[in-house]
Amino acid sequence: MSLDLVCPAGSLVSLKAAVDNGADAIYMGFRDNTNARAFPGLNFDDAQAAEGLRYAHDRGRKVLLALNTYPQPDTWHRWTGAVDRAAKLGMDAVILADAGLMRYAVKNHPNLRLHLSVQGSATSYEAVNFYREHFGIQRAVLPRVLSLPQVENVVRHTDVEIELFGFGGLCVMVEGRCLLSSYCTGESPNTAGVCSPPKAVQWSDTPSGLESRLNGVLLDRYGKDEKAGYPTLCKGRFEVGGETYYAIEEPTSLNTLDLLPEMLKIGIAAIKIEGRQRSPAYVAQVTKVWRAAIDAVKKNTDGFKPAPAWQAELNKLSEGQSHTLGAYHRPWK
Amino acid sequence: MNLSLGPLLYYWSRDDVLAFYDEAARWPVARVHLGESVCSRRHLLRLPDWLALAEQLAAAGKEVVLSTQTLIESESDLKTLRRIVADGRFAVEANEWGAVRLLSEAGVTFVAGPTLNVYNPETLDVLAGLGAQRWLPPVEMSRATLASLLEQAPAGIQTEVFAYGRLPLAYSARCFTARHYNLPKDDCQFRCLDHPDGLALATREGAPFLTLNGIQTQSAGVYSLIGELPALRELGVASLRLSPQSRHMGRVVAAFSAALAGEAGAADALARVMPGPAVDGYWHGRAGLEHGMRG
Repeated sequence: MSLDLVCPAGSLVSLKAAVDNGADAIYMGFRDNTNARAFPGLNFDDAQAAEGLRYAHDRGRKVLLALNTYPQPDTWHRWTGAVDRAAKLGMDAVILADAGLMRYAVKNHPNLRLHLSVQGSATSYEAVNFYREHFGIQRAVLPRVLSLPQVENVVRHTDVEIELFGFGGLCVMVEGRCLLSSYCTGESPNTAGVCSPPKAVQWSDTPSGLESRLNGVLLDRYGKDEKAGYPTLCKGRFEVGGETYYAIEEPTSLNTLDLLPEMLKIGIAAIKIEGRQRSPAYVAQVTKVWRAAIDAVKKNTDGFKPAPAWQAELNKLSEGQSHTLGAYHRPWK
Repeated sequence: MNLSLGPLLYYWSRDDVLAFYDEAARWPVARVHLGESVCSRRHLLRLPDWLALAEQLAAAGKEVVLSTQTLIESESDLKTLRRIVADGRFAVEANEWGAVRLLSEAGVTFVAGPTLNVYNPETLDVLAGLGAQRWLPPVEMSRATLASLLEQAPAGIQTEVFAYGRLPLAYSARCFTARHYNLPKDDCQFRCLDHPDGLALATREGAPFLTLNGIQTQSAGVYSLIGELPALRELGVASLRLSPQSRHMGRVVAAFSAALAGEAGAADALARVMPGPAVDGYWHGRAGLEHGMRG
């Protein structure tokens, strides 16, 4: 029986909130562009990481370090240095996307547990098994593009533990294979650890409505009664064939609570909650709901039904107050 | 430095595809990439048809490379991939790491495609060790980063750079063309056939921004490095990839060929047949949609 709950922490306060509310593992990043949430004021320096590790380990929980951007040639040592620091701090695993960096980690820290990041874009067991054979990865986080039967097929053909995203921001594109942000702003998740970076965002009140722009490109325009969300590039409204609509995806979040019994049955090792950039209060609330849900599904898998109160709580926290099963549910595609 | 014809990223009728490659056999390209790399539902040419085309182009003196699907989702996607690897007659371009696994196990030399995310010399060295003979940087890589990478690149592996065409920017499980027509992906009615150069996406103020091509999202701007040939030569780039468009592709190839030969007017000739505004921001380390050196 598996389904570990893996929760995000952008700060020590969030980490403690996740631990206190029942996370089995917490993932974090260092304070630079070695991870895919390289936002100002977010993430951990070594002293905070050490304190976070102590807090989690004292309570029997694990801490994973996301090192999931792609090292650049001129700053390669920033990434290898981060692997060294992770090993020295005693991280329970590092979450990597880059094959070259994995080779470094295996060579220099053979006892450091490796997870393949979602940014590694592995969507088949052949890809997952490649990283297993060459670098001994123990776990892979799958991109949010496979249907549940496709996920099951991956699980059936690999010894690598499979982790799935369960809740939070929804990437419509295969993670690691999306350059929309750098096309518009010059910075992508792969290179800079950011998508639709705040510094490129401009809001302006105009006679035709509130406008959000990313590096000058109009992403959306809101009427008086419309709620404006963060201008993530793929969730804007655009014109295609004379129609204006959410051409790529609505501003919605992923919520897979309904799928927990199936996820448990097919042998998913861990459920990941997105949102290192979110507040400690958010982390606490989401962790609490998911802890209760996972405990319930383990106790009674076939009789599991998400409590209305859980869904209501999660809906309040969701982007655009709506949620979707995403690609796990085939009709979404 | 020579020219490579990239894989056809759009969905065209069978006759149009055959006519396109019939012409391509006579273009001054050293190499042609064949096969469906975007969407497994596109079936007007199946693998045996691509292999027959490959034989014809090889007979016409072209080096032929079979390009594999970028997003592998199902067992049937893997089956196609295994058949490509097993054929063994032609080189193969790996566009994800499952293909790398199968190709290296089979001992087949391969091309490391642009979606393998090679951002540093260590990763390139991993691929060279597994049998990659040629590689493409991610399309977002700047000249400066490529220069740093190549300073420490393993010996013997050739570099090909995406030098012309709408930029492939993203892949999804969702089909945005089907979504536009309010059709489920499983019953898309192959609407991509109606859009031989993709479906234009503009901002709400009418500025061209992206191009929807089934599960792939491309730029609206057309990337062109025709003005950068001296810099590309200086870097030791072996090959320039030109990405197919439905009209005037022969003239695109001719313009690059003329530019390589140092003929004047090649850039102007290219500008006349580009299906959208030119962009080259990525090459200069800036937002991809920008154009020209910053003043």
